[in-house]
Amino acid sequence: MASEIRVLSATGILGSGFREETLRRAMAWKPDFIGADSGSTDPGPFYLGSGETLFSDSAYQRDLRLILLAARAANIPAIVGSACTAGTDGQLERLAGIARKIAREDKLSFKLATIAAEQDKGYLKRKLREGKIMPLANAPEFDDAVIDRSARIVGMCGIEPYIEALANGAEVILAGRSSDTSIFAALPVLRGFNPATVWHMAKILECGAACVVLRQYPDCMFATVTDDHFIVEPPNPDYRCDPVSVASHNLYENSTPYELVEPSGVLNTLHAKYEAASDRAVRVSGSTFRPARRYTIKLEGAELAGYQSIIVGAVRDPVILRQLDSWLAGLMEAAKDRIRAVFGPDIERQCRLDVRVFGKNAAMGRLEPETGIGHEAGLLFQVTAPTQELATALMKSVGHIAVHYPVPEWSGLITSIAFPYSPPEIARGPSYRFTMNHVVEPGSPLEMFRIHYENV
Amino acid sequence: MAKLWQVAKLIRSKNSGPFELTFDVIFKDRATYERVRDAKVINAQWFARTYKLAPEVVSVIEYDAAAAIKVTIPRPVVSGDVDDTDVFGGQQYGPLVDLEVP
Repeated sequence: MASEIRVLSATGILGSGFREETLRRAMAWKPDFIGADSGSTDPGPFYLGSGETLFSDSAYQRDLRLILLAARAANIPAIVGSACTAGTDGQLERLAGIARKIAREDKLSFKLATIAAEQDKGYLKRKLREGKIMPLANAPEFDDAVIDRSARIVGMCGIEPYIEALANGAEVILAGRSSDTSIFAALPVLRGFNPATVWHMAKILECGAACVVLRQYPDCMFATVTDDHFIVEPPNPDYRCDPVSVASHNLYENSTPYELVEPSGVLNTLHAKYEAASDRAVRVSGSTFRPARRYTIKLEGAELAGYQSIIVGAVRDPVILRQLDSWLAGLMEAAKDRIRAVFGPDIERQCRLDVRVFGKNAAMGRLEPETGIGHEAGLLFQVTAPTQELATALMKSVGHIAVHYPVPEWSGLITSIAFPYSPPEIARGPSYRFTMNHVVEPGSPLEMFRIHYENV
Repeated sequence: MAKLWQVAKLIRSKNSGPFELTFDVIFKDRATYERVRDAKVINAQWFARTYKLAPEVVSVIEYDAAAAIKVTIPRPVVSGDVDDTDVFGGQQYGPLVDLEVP
């Protein structure tokens, strides 16, 4: 076994970019593989529900092309997980199509493995009956109906499908939904390195340059892993890491900085040591890894909440602003009267009408402790309905009631909202909601994932 | 008394998955961190009151390695649902910024 393994993380999320010059410098440090995360639930349920992607194909192609060119030139594996945001089968195929296009245009050839992560509803219902699906913190209700209602469900794979693909000679691996860290942990674990060191390195590297002192733009990150420690150092000469910046990264998007839960176990960083290895590199040691008693795969699902139309407008009249809450309450009642008159008394059972007030509580909603209001307020009216046509039709009626809704102080017809657009209503398309926060106990770590090989 | 923003180099909120919201306060220096940590002014009761929760569901973790305090709560609304106001959870730390600290 080699005494060290060198890991290059191209960027925090594929499509957000990295500097070509940084990648070139990092390649001179002779990495054993290049990894990149391509997904997140952070931007919300839309990408899982709809299958759309966070970035454009052009943005994915730019980043993936540079990664594939570098990896093939150095004859090392390139590993990308959580393809195109949610890691659905369609998003995985989209990224695989981009990889094939790059291979054609740049005359590359490689053995490609794709790891599909979308889940069969019949399989999940059987697992539920067998008591093999367990809720995590704050999980919503879960039953067969939730499985049926979900537009798509993905499982978050661990390192095992990657290891299987690497062992079968894959040179480029594109995975559907994956734990972020598994992308970076698979090859080092396969090569026999201490899992505690490896998983901690993977957590620090999965966000690319996020662990530097001041991250001004997305970029690459590099780690050298030995059995009992790893050294993290940014290949971009304008960036530096210090012990606090690396330790701080454990806080990011995690409910505790001390534990990281993976399908195969839990990384514990309680006794980790972060020491300066130079003025820009940090040496990390001392974490532990406890193998899980039960191997589990996290599920993510999203269902259609409805289609939305919105109107954005602004109020500037101090007379209206002084009574904004009561004026808006009256306006919403009048709008509901109007839509009942047009669409029938049962319309409110099929749809909902909401308003958000920017300048009052748009960021925090009912939790906003401040009560003051400034010299203007922004209004965002929102209709959610079973079809886009109905949502837009309702919003047209709401908009007309809203724009002329009176206050007692002014007599005669007023125009009380400034609309920046004609038409004011904007079709926002489908809106989705997350439906599960659960784990499955599969028969084996590979059972829920389908690996496909092809020579590109 | 100082305000929290005066002694912190970072105050932020963010999703920790779609069902949880997590707050990080990273202090400028170790002495201030230890003073605020030991005074327990960033505590479950304050978060319970501010975010209208039971104190039992608030997790407060002191993280000496980064001179930081992390607080995690159930998300008031699941990320991206029709009632959600903040898909990334990135602007929920507002009330924390002006918290008075010793």
